[in-house]
Amino acid sequence: MTVKKQLTIAVSGLNNIDSPGPGIPVIRALKESTIFDVRIIGLSYEALEPGLYMHNLVDKSYQVPFPSAGTDALIERISYIHQCENIAVIIPNFDAELSNFMKLEPRLLAEFGIKMFLPTQDQFDERHKSNLFEFGLKHGIKVPYSKMIFSTAEIPALLNEFSFPIVVKGKFYEAYVAYNIEQIHSYFNKLTSKWGLPIIIQQYVFGSEVNVTALGDGNGNAIGAVPMRKLYITDKGKAWAGISLDDDKLVQIANKLIASSKWRGGMELEFIKNAENEYYLLEINPRFPAWVYLAKGCGQNHPEALVRMALGETITPFKHYEVGKMFIRYSYDLVVDLKEFEQISTMGELS
Amino acid sequence: MKIKKNIAISESGFIFNPTTGDSFSTNPIGFEIIHLLKEDKNKDEIKQTILNRYAVDESTFEKDFYDFSTLLQNSQIAED
Repeated sequence: MTVKKQLTIAVSGLNNIDSPGPGIPVIRALKESTIFDVRIIGLSYEALEPGLYMHNLVDKSYQVPFPSAGTDALIERISYIHQCENIAVIIPNFDAELSNFMKLEPRLLAEFGIKMFLPTQDQFDERHKSNLFEFGLKHGIKVPYSKMIFSTAEIPALLNEFSFPIVVKGKFYEAYVAYNIEQIHSYFNKLTSKWGLPIIIQQYVFGSEVNVTALGDGNGNAIGAVPMRKLYITDKGKAWAGISLDDDKLVQIANKLIASSKWRGGMELEFIKNAENEYYLLEINPRFPAWVYLAKGCGQNHPEALVRMALGETITPFKHYEVGKMFIRYSYDLVVDLKEFEQISTMGELS
Repeated sequence: MKIKKNIAISESGFIFNPTTGDSFSTNPIGFEIIHLLKEDKNKDEIKQTILNRYAVDESTFEKDFYDFSTLLQNSQIAED
């Protein structure tokens, strides 16, 4: 009989909605770990994040300050949560919160012994949407031509460099395909009001969307990589169903990228595969995707491997994964007592 | 024309291309032709097998085989 190591892990991204955060899939993978017996502490930003009420997965939840509140507010809150829960590892799952956690990584380790396994600030900045074209040039990976704009006055001149359709992207999230100048204006205003400046303009590439969930050890080794094709895409561009692929070329691109960037932590690579079987990198997300549970289903438990690395273990890269495994999302109504909503809303904690 | 090596075909006629993630269903005749292609039979050998086995004239076979082989290639199930 094997004895699993008991571990308390705090996880954010509990917004298991139509544009889901990765928190719940990460937690499911951790709960099915063969090595760890985990107690999960949910870190939430809003009282209606569904993960707060999934008590079979999340043992206790705490609200944390929005990223805009800064690192002092965050470490103060984490300090309180740590006193209550003795957190061993934190897995942040939102792009917008990563900067704060990256800045705090040394302090959290030194002051509380809390471990994380995050990319470096340089890695985080380099792969940013606004820098992706240069990132592709540097690492020898095709990226559709893109540029940043800061004002609607720059829109007319775009037609000298781009042809329709054109992708208009927000700084952190959301992207729209524009077919005329008016649509670019409209999406510019919509995205700046939500995510701020700059807006990224990218040449549209025709093809099918294929993504990779991957994990780097920070020394240039890809610990795991599972490619997936979206089979059903929501109006927000999110995969509602997908299937794992036998695509060596895609895995090789992921390995190459991790080797040259020495990526540390989980990541998602988003590609378009065109009719000539060429891959264009559209985006690098600096954390696990919301479909990371498929990797577990294919035999690569990436969240578990990340926790092991956070704890200082050196681990052997996964060699195989199962091809032809599908995931299909569904929506499910949780019926909860108002008392629970009241508790998280007023006390900022929920058991 | 050859069926790509990694294409999975079940007895029910369900075809899965693990490289693209596409899946298809074929009828029993299509299933039979795919199996003949997997056995490296050429077009003339396949034609003879089908003409011997089914009530179909040569010109109909030629037309249908052309359509089917184009479909297989466009779907990245077969290659030249």
